[in-house]
Amino acid sequence: MAVIRISAPETAKPGEIIELKAMIQHPMETGYRRDQKGKIIPRDIITDFRCTYNDAVVFEAEFFPGTAANPFVSFFARAVQTGPIEFVWTDQHGQSWSERRVLTVS
Amino acid sequence: MSRPHSHPPLWRRRAFLAAAGAAVCLTFLPLPAAAEPEDADEAIRNLFGDRPIREGKVTLKLPPIAENGNSVQLTVSVDSPMTEQDHVRKIAIISPRNPIPEIAIFNLGPYSGRAEVSTRVRLAGTQSLRVIAEMNDGSLWVGKASTYVTLAACIIG
Repeated sequence: MAVIRISAPETAKPGEIIELKAMIQHPMETGYRRDQKGKIIPRDIITDFRCTYNDAVVFEAEFFPGTAANPFVSFFARAVQTGPIEFVWTDQHGQSWSERRVLTVS
Repeated sequence: MSRPHSHPPLWRRRAFLAAAGAAVCLTFLPLPAAAEPEDADEAIRNLFGDRPIREGKVTLKLPPIAENGNSVQLTVSVDSPMTEQDHVRKIAIISPRNPIPEIAIFNLGPYSGRAEVSTRVRLAGTQSLRVIAEMNDGSLWVGKASTYVTLAACIIG
């Protein structure tokens, strides 16, 4: 199970712009490195990240081997109404990890 | 007492591996895998087509010196009110020197509230990164910033 770190406010005022930070532990193996025997280490990267708020996509990222290990993104969202914020990562093999927070808007 | 010609075998092996590693890093990376600025242009064309790209609106914050190219923090911000009528649709970070020019592509919308994204990237050497922002009206804007990479993210490390 990958370690996921999220920074998201628990409460916000309607219309407020909030900052969301998301990091997942992952080597983001580029596919260019070689092991001690000189064999190429196969590429293994997280390719997609998606953040939804009240089931609507707020932010999406497509990652490439040029994205550093333990991919981190910080972005913004406009608080509209109380609801769940979901963070979903998907790797090149289709495996996915997710985390959920609830934002209370009042 | 110094015995310059009789290092223990392990030391020699280590030194050889280190030297070999450095050599591989230096020689292999800039050859077929390394992208040329033309590759960056092609990557941009593949993403956005042949539309004109104007300079402005996009600000890229990079450290002037990156000690470790394996993880360089950057922040992109685009001058946009982020309303339904006028917002940023896509932001692409393009490297003219990495083996794959695309580093990360972000999709935003009016719900983002603010067109600002931070992330951490790998850089295979000193270079000038390009960030292209596509607005909802289809217009394209580019911002650039250079960083001096002391220790490149390379195929070995």
